[in-house]
Amino acid sequence: MKKTPLYDTHLKLNGTMVSFHDYSMPLHYSSIINEHLCVRENAGLFDVSHMGRFEISGDKALPFIQHVITNNVVRLADKQALYTPLCNEQGGIIDDILVYKWHDKSLMLVVNCGNREKDFLWLQKQATNYQPLEMKDVTDYVSLISFQGPLSCRMLEATLSYKLDHLRRFSFDNFLWNDTRIVISRTGYTGEDGFEIFVNAKQAVKLWDLLLEKNKQNGLNPIGLGARDTLRLEACLLLYGNDMDETITPLETIIGWTVKFDKGDFIGREALSRQKEKGIGRKMVGFEMTDRGIPRHGYPVLKGNESVGKVTSGSFSPSTHKNVGLCFIKTQYAKTGEAFQIQIRNNNYNARVVKIPFYRSIKKEGK
Amino acid sequence: MNIPNELFYTKTHEWAKKIGPREAVVGITDYAQKQLKDIVFVELPSIGKEVKMGAPCAVVESVKAAYDIYSPLSGKVTKINQKVQEEPQLVNEDPYGEGWFFHMEISDPNEFNKLLNPGQYETGAGFEH
Repeated sequence: MKKTPLYDTHLKLNGTMVSFHDYSMPLHYSSIINEHLCVRENAGLFDVSHMGRFEISGDKALPFIQHVITNNVVRLADKQALYTPLCNEQGGIIDDILVYKWHDKSLMLVVNCGNREKDFLWLQKQATNYQPLEMKDVTDYVSLISFQGPLSCRMLEATLSYKLDHLRRFSFDNFLWNDTRIVISRTGYTGEDGFEIFVNAKQAVKLWDLLLEKNKQNGLNPIGLGARDTLRLEACLLLYGNDMDETITPLETIIGWTVKFDKGDFIGREALSRQKEKGIGRKMVGFEMTDRGIPRHGYPVLKGNESVGKVTSGSFSPSTHKNVGLCFIKTQYAKTGEAFQIQIRNNNYNARVVKIPFYRSIKKEGK
Repeated sequence: MNIPNELFYTKTHEWAKKIGPREAVVGITDYAQKQLKDIVFVELPSIGKEVKMGAPCAVVESVKAAYDIYSPLSGKVTKINQKVQEEPQLVNEDPYGEGWFFHMEISDPNEFNKLLNPGQYETGAGFEH
């Protein structure tokens, strides 16, 4: 079992540890619902050091990344980040990642923990025409701490004595802390304003302890993977392996906007434009249960006796007190208000398509 | 750990209370609710349903997952706790009181002898930490 540099810290904080893609990670410290609400109301601290981090540099680094992703990285200013799928030739989603552009010759990728090796090999294979290109997996040397919630900006500014106004959503920059370089990015996976901090693995515990110590009296708490999942689901941010895999294309999901056909050639383009022309047979929608019952990944979606799809994610939603989920459904039924059923333990329960996201933060970032 | 004296227990963390010669109340233990945390859904058997000792009879769901609850005794369900279906957090708040699951008519009172007494439950249930 792999451990992040914060493993002992999680144990000290009484974290209930679970295995997640071979990493021992905290599921929760107090309770999933408490932690969820803490992030919505105050702020929460997450160890996301299990996520994979690659550094890519070289003269053709930018065109290389542009070639392997469906979104358009060329239009990004320096020190901006971009969410994008990585697709195969068939348009199937290999992973969904964040691309951080320092400048045209230096970029960083944050990839899903479970896809780290697969992505690295895939990227290496695609890189032959873009040499010389240096690709480094720095996951083990750089820790990643996520600081999320409406109070995160104020807390972070006060604790580290930085001004963070200039850092808009999806921007990032270098900062000096404790004589080391850290990178702060205004990104997250919760639907709240928030930051992700890249810090040398050797300094991770020190930074975590400082952030928690200085802000716990104002309501900052450590947050486990359980609440990370309910927070991202309410915000309708997809989870690889549940909502996406290599048999699913971005056009079928709710991240179709990340496919930029007008940017030139890229891997998967042909298959995706063919799919777009032919029409898409199934669509991902958000739904809520109108009967009692909690939808879970894999549960069948029915319209009367006809099987019309599958649940990809589902949960009790602590912020709305509803049972909500994402599912694939035949395109003709993918419209708001459409009623259908979810099969739960051999019984059918009513649900209906609703607008997404399920939860929208009232307070957006300061700027 | 709260393990009331007057109850009978299973290794799978259910409790049964004898309230008549052939009648019992069933629920899950304090240990079980603590392990599950944040109970957000309870599915109870319908009234009249035949349940069997050791067989799944109800479902509780935490935020994270669904878990089967096994009947401590055999018999027929006579009454269910509607309130706990509407307010599942009652199982967390009061597992031996307001968080009860159902009443049942028991088919074989001798089955009580196969259940654990409080002492046996405390030492022998294999609490994992």
